[in-house]
Amino acid sequence: MHKVYHRVHNIAGNVINIRAEGVRYRELAEVTSRNGTSLAQVIRLQDDEVSLQVFAGARGVATDAEVRFLGHSMQVPFSEALLGRIFTGAANPRDRGPELSENLIDIGGPSVNPAKRIIPRNMVRTGIPMIDVFNTLVESQKLPIFARAGEPYNPLLARIALQAEVDVIVLGGMGLKHDDYLYFRDTLEESGALSRTVMFVHTASDPIVECLLVPDISLAVAEQFALEGKRVLVLLTDMTSFADAMKEIAITMEQIPSNRGYPGDLYSQLASRYEKAVDFDGAGSITILAATTMPGDDVTHPVPDNTGYITEGQFYLRNGRIEPFGSLSRLKQQVNGDTRDDHRTIMDTLIQLYAGYRETLEKQSMGFRMSDWDAKLLKYGTRFEKEMMDLTVNIPLEEALDLGWAILADCFEPMETGIQSKLTDRFWPKSEIGDQKSEVGEEAVESTEPAPVEA
Amino acid sequence: MSQTNGTIVGVNGNMITVEFEDAVSMNEVGYARLGELRLMSEIVRIRGTRADMQVFEDTAGLSVGDAVDFTGDMLSVELGPGLLTQIYDGLQNPLPQLAEACGFFLQRGTYLPALPRDTQWAFTPTAAVGDTLTAGESLGTVPEGIFEHRIMVPFRLRGRYTVASVAEAADYTIEDTVATLTDESGATIEVSMLQRWPVKMPITAYAERLRPTEPLVTKSRTVDTFFPVARGGTFCVPGPFGAGKTVLQQLMSRHADVDVVVVAACGERAGEVVETLREFPELEDPRTGKSLMARTIIICNTSSMPVAAREASVYTGITLASYYRQMGLNVLMLADSTSRWAQALRETSGRLEEIPGEEAFPAYLESVIASFYERGGVVTLKDGSTGSVTIGGTVSPAGGNFDEPVTQGTLKVVGAFHGLSRARSDARRYPAIDPLDSWSKYVSVVDNDAVEAGRSILRRGSEVGQMMKVVGEEGTSQDDFVLYLKSEYMDSAYLQQDAFDAIDGATSAERQQHVYGAISGFLQTNLHFADKTKARSFFHQLTQTTRDWNRADMGSQEFKDIQGRLEHMVSEAAVNA
Repeated sequence: MHKVYHRVHNIAGNVINIRAEGVRYRELAEVTSRNGTSLAQVIRLQDDEVSLQVFAGARGVATDAEVRFLGHSMQVPFSEALLGRIFTGAANPRDRGPELSENLIDIGGPSVNPAKRIIPRNMVRTGIPMIDVFNTLVESQKLPIFARAGEPYNPLLARIALQAEVDVIVLGGMGLKHDDYLYFRDTLEESGALSRTVMFVHTASDPIVECLLVPDISLAVAEQFALEGKRVLVLLTDMTSFADAMKEIAITMEQIPSNRGYPGDLYSQLASRYEKAVDFDGAGSITILAATTMPGDDVTHPVPDNTGYITEGQFYLRNGRIEPFGSLSRLKQQVNGDTRDDHRTIMDTLIQLYAGYRETLEKQSMGFRMSDWDAKLLKYGTRFEKEMMDLTVNIPLEEALDLGWAILADCFEPMETGIQSKLTDRFWPKSEIGDQKSEVGEEAVESTEPAPVEA
Repeated sequence: MSQTNGTIVGVNGNMITVEFEDAVSMNEVGYARLGELRLMSEIVRIRGTRADMQVFEDTAGLSVGDAVDFTGDMLSVELGPGLLTQIYDGLQNPLPQLAEACGFFLQRGTYLPALPRDTQWAFTPTAAVGDTLTAGESLGTVPEGIFEHRIMVPFRLRGRYTVASVAEAADYTIEDTVATLTDESGATIEVSMLQRWPVKMPITAYAERLRPTEPLVTKSRTVDTFFPVARGGTFCVPGPFGAGKTVLQQLMSRHADVDVVVVAACGERAGEVVETLREFPELEDPRTGKSLMARTIIICNTSSMPVAAREASVYTGITLASYYRQMGLNVLMLADSTSRWAQALRETSGRLEEIPGEEAFPAYLESVIASFYERGGVVTLKDGSTGSVTIGGTVSPAGGNFDEPVTQGTLKVVGAFHGLSRARSDARRYPAIDPLDSWSKYVSVVDNDAVEAGRSILRRGSEVGQMMKVVGEEGTSQDDFVLYLKSEYMDSAYLQQDAFDAIDGATSAERQQHVYGAISGFLQTNLHFADKTKARSFFHQLTQTTRDWNRADMGSQEFKDIQGRLEHMVSEAAVNA
């Protein structure tokens, strides 16, 4: 059954070719040569020719290397013992803990039957107003964080890992700088969150093929926890490194590239990982947050672009803040109707006015005269940026909503906000509502003389 | 055709190369054997004695030397009563039944019959012995939900047939013979309620194809008033991610004034399908009072499901839609997203190592898109009744740039273009259909002159807005400024719709005519204000009130009151002149 082959007749990139029979597609093999042993996976069969991708890279593989087929595809051990542990992309321990080899599960399993999914209905609270109020994270959601290379996406992920209300966190690192890996490890360790975390980390200096395995391994483990009824949050960073690893390997394999050298199946490859996010009917859930760096801060780059079409929204991280324009949580409508009656209205109104503020800033920078309305918008925008957008703000949703009303009342008349009268009557901070009511009505045209602008 | 066997000689991704013995045909379906499992595949290229086949499943575990059984048939779907309310994958496997058989995950190699074999249908014959019929003509009917489901002479039969016998009115299953036909040479054919049809062939068993003229009301004001869709027409919705393509389609599938809706979720998020899947059974169809699901078929091949089946899913959808058109029904087929389907073609083409065209899409992309949209249309059936298939496809252009092959290939062949804009969705102006770039060749539900007048205000207002960014508010004349405010008012009070408000979210054609009439009356009124601040606060107030109006029930007193208030406001501003 497990035949051993000794003749490698072709080595290119990380792919070696041998002649063998009875080999199954995607089967694993162990490649041993003088310079060490590595796992390899069958990626192509053509007549008796077998192409294998060597996980540790083909560097040092000899033409007389020993190739032994294992008869199964890539597997990862699964048990509670994973919690608190750190592994490499090939699931070998990276910490000083023991190797685990029990209860092996296949990675990259079949997709979930859509009929067994349920509509997401639970909010994941993070304490960050730009997420909780404006783009609520929902259980089973998949969301990328789009950022330029220098933005603090890893600290943001770490903070979410600490604060998010979930049972298990699986962190998959791809192409991480070693410093970043240590940052995650230390931050989680210090706060005690490591005990509910499993980390699979591929650093930039590890073999490139292991980078490809990280999402599959992380998600396979997450899936098992979810099937046990756990609410799992998977944090992946950085998915662009993953896509680049795919590009590197596809080009070495002489595949026809589509956009900017990426393989034509980039969308399907990314989707099959992101689609692991699920709320099981009668079990737990998987939520995915994935940092995706945008080369050249260009969202139309193939990786962020394809990601955007797959995920249920996106967060843009710009200048250390979650940008309200473009950032979107598609699933927020599932949960923000039940939080508080004013949640949706506050969410829309604050953003619309903030958009007005940005336009005014533009006008101001071009030296135009500021109208009274512009002055109001400027006052509003400044407060909004300082009190809502700053990532260090850590307040629960309800407090954030109240803060929104307070800022509005400080800057505008109720009717200027475009909020329907039913809500302003109820939520507009009480001290001023007496004066406002009389203005709303048939006389309104005459009486909407804007209030004098405060400095 | 005889059964042929083959042997796998190569595996590369979802493509297998098979050495065959006897004859095979292009697009023939075969099953690759993997132990107990049989994996469905389709021939996409033949070279000498080797055929390249795309496998509709994950290929892990296949090995050189494994057997392949060819079926002699092209990829086909089952047609018959019981299709409505079903949820299928791209190959017409019923997903809820698969879940019962396999649990949480889609286990490969499991294929279930698309239509339940044991359901009894109450058959009423309409044809009589001795009648001469051709393909597509009725033999009888069975009730399916709210429709009379016609049992027809199978579409694959060519020529004229004489009815030799027809079953009497009683309950039958779909496999029972309900009629026997004799062809011109005297051979007998037994006909059941179930027929099969290859998905990549259009169904043409109708008398004549007509020009689409009647509007299809979607209850979206922007669409119906400004960029209408016609029954039997085609439209596309391109837009960058996050612009609201899918929400727009979901709203259409809910509110569109048609008999049957076929939703093909093709390579998109599973979560979105789940919403439809879970919510539709709960929602009431205002036309019939039944659940919305009663008129819906969902084809669901989400992005993580195998790519080859994704390509099949749009064809499965359009075939089912055309089948219901044959019954004289109006069908809406929504494909979300055609770009994913095009990408599936690209992946297959790449694996076949074909010479790539633009952006590595295959050279035949445009003709494939065109022939898909051409399968829509309004037709007169052989009995004189009409039926239609309206096709709406979303397009997800890379980088939101419409200058890419899929968008351009689609724009050439559709009758309406609803281009979604990132700028509008960023400003939360939903639906984000760009009022200046979009177009439609069909007829609006509202008087055409009024629509043109509104369009002109939007266009000129936007020009003033652009200019104002350069010269500032103080450099803009009072008249231009009012024009700008008018266009903004039209945008916020009419174009924008709150999809989550039951009344505002679905505006009937009648209400659109009424409201648009009033609003365009306001906009044609000459309004004068002391200064720009006055003008701005007037329009703030007008917008606010109109939005409240949009949320009021049309028959209610509130509706009348608010209209009165609006008219009063406008006339007062006009008097101030």
